Amino acid sequence: MRRMGNQPRGLIETLHTVQETFGYLDLDALRYVAASLRVPLSRAYGVATFYHFFTLKPPGEHTCVICIGTACYIKGAPQLLNAVKQEFGVAPGQTTVDGKISVLGARCLGSCGLAPAVVYDREVAGKVTPEALRKRLSGWKSHVS
Amino acid sequence: MSPEELEQIGESERERQAQFSHTVKVCVAAGCVSCQSEGVKAALEKEVSRRRGEGECQIKGVGCMGLCADGPLVTVGDSALYSHVAEADAPAILDSLQGTPVSRLLCPTDVPFFQKQKKVVLENSGEIDPERIEDYILHGGYSALVRVLSEMTPGQVVEEVTRSGLRGRGGAGYPTGLKWSTVSKAAGEKKYVICNADEGDPGAFMDRSVLESDPHRVLEGMLIAAYAVGASQGYIYVRAEYPLAIKRLRIAIKQAERLELLGNDICGSRLSFHVDLRLGAGAFVCGEETALIASVEGRRGIPRPRPPYPAQEGLFGEPTLINNVETFASVAPIIRNGGAWYAQIGTEKSKGTKVFALAGSVKNTGLVEVPMGTTLRQMVFEIGGGMSEGRKFKAVQTGGPSGGCLPEQFLDMPVDYESLAKAGSIMGSGGMIVMDDSSCMVDVARFFMDFCMSESCGKCIPCRAGTYHMRRILEGITRHQASAEDLAQLQELADLLRNTSLCGLGQSAPNPVMSTLRYFAEEYRAHVEQHHCAAGVCKNGHKDE
Repeated sequence: MRRMGNQPRGLIETLHTVQETFGYLDLDALRYVAASLRVPLSRAYGVATFYHFFTLKPPGEHTCVICIGTACYIKGAPQLLNAVKQEFGVAPGQTTVDGKISVLGARCLGSCGLAPAVVYDREVAGKVTPEALRKRLSGWKSHVS
Repeated sequence: MSPEELEQIGESERERQAQFSHTVKVCVAAGCVSCQSEGVKAALEKEVSRRRGEGECQIKGVGCMGLCADGPLVTVGDSALYSHVAEADAPAILDSLQGTPVSRLLCPTDVPFFQKQKKVVLENSGEIDPERIEDYILHGGYSALVRVLSEMTPGQVVEEVTRSGLRGRGGAGYPTGLKWSTVSKAAGEKKYVICNADEGDPGAFMDRSVLESDPHRVLEGMLIAAYAVGASQGYIYVRAEYPLAIKRLRIAIKQAERLELLGNDICGSRLSFHVDLRLGAGAFVCGEETALIASVEGRRGIPRPRPPYPAQEGLFGEPTLINNVETFASVAPIIRNGGAWYAQIGTEKSKGTKVFALAGSVKNTGLVEVPMGTTLRQMVFEIGGGMSEGRKFKAVQTGGPSGGCLPEQFLDMPVDYESLAKAGSIMGSGGMIVMDDSSCMVDVARFFMDFCMSESCGKCIPCRAGTYHMRRILEGITRHQASAEDLAQLQELADLLRNTSLCGLGQSAPNPVMSTLRYFAEEYRAHVEQHHCAAGVCKNGHKDE
């Protein structure tokens, strides 16, 4: 915030930093940021909810981002979503009850040459099949940390 | 920095690279990184050091080589291109340096995919190390900037760009020279240059690739633009979803500052220019320039009516030039080779080359650059290598959620701004997705409408409510629960959105629907009247997802 001169124009940059550090934006963080940058809480909340990249819920232990861009969509992303829904009962934007896995949908990761693409935690995988996805996620579920 | 000093940097880089008798290049752009090319690079480096060959063989990370479907890609010298390289292949590749290439990994380069391309924007991609400014300089980098600052007036720069006929590569195709001239004439205390790198189109990854493969090219284009229009501050608005592009841009900015190619009194001229990054946060509407400005200012990305155009009243109310990544990336070659050189490439109204992200049901998916006016057939069947898995061609989608789906009858149409618009699609930023007979066009239309609905910023009612209702009707059709009246209403809503929405997102949102209604009307009818989906995508009553 100081880097941005504590100005309202630094709001998005600040939220990026907060999310990078804590994994998500909770109400306390939003209150603090709003007060420091001298913007109404409503504006901080408005910005945080406007952009898909920001999340107000804590993420699961692992995240699995399924690309639902056009190329991935026609190359089988819906089948991947189905597999996750059936096997683990979560849709994009949700986290499994045990807090192990968060599933997110992405509007194109730019890896269209490798459609359908999935990001496991931070590692991108291409040409993913429903079986491969199930296997990977089951591994996460059974892993005790 | 003087022209001589610049040459000196290039010369010492040449000498540094000449010490090595062999160079092995490994693609480290996003496509290949997703298939573990960094592991391949590490394996090669390890093998080189095991053989104590550090002085002889350099392993170089380079930008995108284009054929993303067959990664990880590796080239040796100027000739051999290897595809699907694994870490275990490192010893074999190093063994081959003295003798014949590893035939099992060889990928033919005398095929249309490589032969039919013309590289201007991507000339350095796959050649230079994106994290070394010296390598960029060795390949002619920043010579256009130095020439502009030492020999040309801002007016002459604008003239040269105008002569080239370059048009905005973000999608709308507004003449770049005209835009620059407007900003240069606008009165303001401080002017801004913004590079739009918020590549939100699903199915497009051209800008990402340019930023990851050759980031200095974009900075040089912005610097030349800043000189031409009189700007002192630049922003690159880049998607937070592209961490690798962000990392390389940050490195590039630092390196340029170190060589004083960014900063105050650049090259002893009066040009002072600073560049900062602004991260997007996942909002398609921020590709619209007024929404983008709002976002750079730290607000919700909501468009406002134009005029006033950003050229007059943009960022913080000051005159602002906004161009797309590929547009800026085209500037340096235009200055180096002259506007007339650029203008002889392409068609009468669409000059130069265009980068496309070829994806979907073709054999060779990846990144290609072709002269404007190349036909769709050449794109799909020659460069793309034809349909994958022996499937039948059905449609090609250009322009993302703002574009349209074109059927077989348009295959011989040249790809340029006018032809695409006439056929009911748009050039867009360069996504080109090929669909086969396993795709249902109604379902594709629903997919795009779903996208536009969730990306609508909600400011104007036609877009906010219209996209919702269009999606509802399309959903009904794919569930075989719609009537002929619904089809009529869909058409009506499409016209409404197109004519009354505030910004480009809403105005163009109906395009995928209108183009599929126009060219695949029988598919809509089969869904509505016979409850039949020929592609087998829409199941009766309980469509999955």
